[in-house]
Amino acid sequence: MPAFIFRRFLSLLLVLFCVVSLTFFLIRLAPGGPFDRERKIPPQIEKQLLAKYKLDGPAHQQYFDYLRDLLHGDLRLSTKYRSRSVNELLAQSLPVSATLGLAAFCIATTGGIWLGCLAAVRRHTWIDTGAMLAALFAISIPTFVLGPLLILIFALKLQWLPVGGWGSWPALILPALTLAGPYVAYIARLMRTSMLEVLGLDFIRTARAKGLRSTRVIYKHALKVAILPVVSFLGPLAANLLTGSIVVETVFNIPGAGGFFVNSIQNRDGFLLGGVVIVYCALLVVLNLLVDISYSFLDRRIKIQG
Amino acid sequence: MNERAQLGRSDTIRRFARNRVAVAAMVLLALVALCAVFGPLLLPVSHRGLTRNQFAPPSLVHPFGTDLNGRDVLYRVLEGARVSLFVGITGALISFCVGTAYGLVAGYAGGKTDAFMMRTVEILYSIPRLIIILIFINAFDTILKKWLALHGFGALIGYSKILILVLSLGLIEWLTMARIVRGQVLSLKAQQFVLAARSLGQSHVRILTKHLLPNLVSVVVIYLTLTVPAVILDESFLSFLGLGIQAPQASWGSLLSDGAQVINPLRSNWWLLVCPAAVMSSTLLALNFLGDALRDALDPRATR
Repeated sequence: MPAFIFRRFLSLLLVLFCVVSLTFFLIRLAPGGPFDRERKIPPQIEKQLLAKYKLDGPAHQQYFDYLRDLLHGDLRLSTKYRSRSVNELLAQSLPVSATLGLAAFCIATTGGIWLGCLAAVRRHTWIDTGAMLAALFAISIPTFVLGPLLILIFALKLQWLPVGGWGSWPALILPALTLAGPYVAYIARLMRTSMLEVLGLDFIRTARAKGLRSTRVIYKHALKVAILPVVSFLGPLAANLLTGSIVVETVFNIPGAGGFFVNSIQNRDGFLLGGVVIVYCALLVVLNLLVDISYSFLDRRIKIQG
Repeated sequence: MNERAQLGRSDTIRRFARNRVAVAAMVLLALVALCAVFGPLLLPVSHRGLTRNQFAPPSLVHPFGTDLNGRDVLYRVLEGARVSLFVGITGALISFCVGTAYGLVAGYAGGKTDAFMMRTVEILYSIPRLIIILIFINAFDTILKKWLALHGFGALIGYSKILILVLSLGLIEWLTMARIVRGQVLSLKAQQFVLAARSLGQSHVRILTKHLLPNLVSVVVIYLTLTVPAVILDESFLSFLGLGIQAPQASWGSLLSDGAQVINPLRSNWWLLVCPAAVMSSTLLALNFLGDALRDALDPRATR
């Protein structure tokens, strides 16, 4: 196990290195610089600006300097939000994104697992058909359609919840639901299929024959095995929630890190973009690693080899 | 051999035709495709340009209503369908070429080559690809424009964003395809007919193209149908963020983004959001159904 974690850590470093290098050079390929305005800046001032943000000198020199700063944990200054550091911007916005992501994650997993179990146990009843039909529709509605539709219904027509913004509990409900919606559906489908398979196995029959209550059989014995496909989906789920949060934050005007992402591309703010990308990639790799480890704990047949 | 293949095929078609939902999905898709190709030509000319009839709700003249600039939303949705379907199909085809070739080589070569190639795929998996693609598209758009102008493709300059979108989406969606193909090749490679072909002195290239590839068709076709909606979704995601297709061109994603922007408490203008959303969602739903049905039809073991 330690060897496995070590190898994954090395691959994390490799991923981060590739991504940082790609971002660094791609943002320079794009037309326009970070200080382009309607009115041309005098060359003297532009030179000083470039020096202040360490954007002078040959490209390879800048690149190596940047890598060295990153190794020291310095993500540099943002060129758009003048004289504020990327570290500071991320420290403010990441907790917001994390709260939203965590809420969506909880809704998606608990909602999906519960719905899936319910549909499997009540197979071929209207509950099953209804849940699976709803799931199919939810899967084919993308986040950026679901969000505005929910706003239209619950915020504008019924006026139950705020349209957007951040800071209160009610404001969290719609964005979290939007972000989680398609994945509740996906997990419910996964869970139903796998639960149906497990319910047909011998050990379930044995448990029932011993006279255990049916809820206990399902939630204690069957769920433990049937949940495995869902656990292996948690890695991709984390990735999708990360990407999805960019859209949701835009739709609901939430001051999270996802908004910086789109902004920094449009403003050619290379260092802010780099910071956001680094954090997102690192999160993704670490979450995937956690999923793999938890998988080996849940299913003792799987041995992780170093 | 030939006869058996024939039999297998008619069996597949019969199994597919028995699945009513799949046939309905197929009909719907054909309808959307036909409307996308011919619809814009059939609508009256007055529907094509800007008018003063701003934000008209759905009516007989404008079944989907009109938008901020008085354009007919139905016309816009059909135009968007052209772009979205083109991007989806071409992107899926590119991913098919790259993924199949990669998976074939990795699976057939085996050993260290295979391990290295699959390790690369794993690492690429762990990168948030859409995020990288966003940066990529914005970096290369101008470069492609210059290149097109230099090499006498001036007429294509307006489409450079779509071209780069298709290319890059195709180039990121191939990972799963490569994995599936490699898995299939690994099991096929161990079978006798490959050994027989090899001992008859056939070259590796010939074995790959003549013996292994035909055996992969069913798996690849299934996955291809499932890649098309994925690429369409990716494209609309990018366009929604304002970093994909740009006005005056339209795709389903950019129409949805326009619709979401004009929502306000006083006038919801719901048709701007609901109409493109309905068309797009039903198309994606149909594509997903079709992929599932194809899998059931082509693989008799996977009975439910």
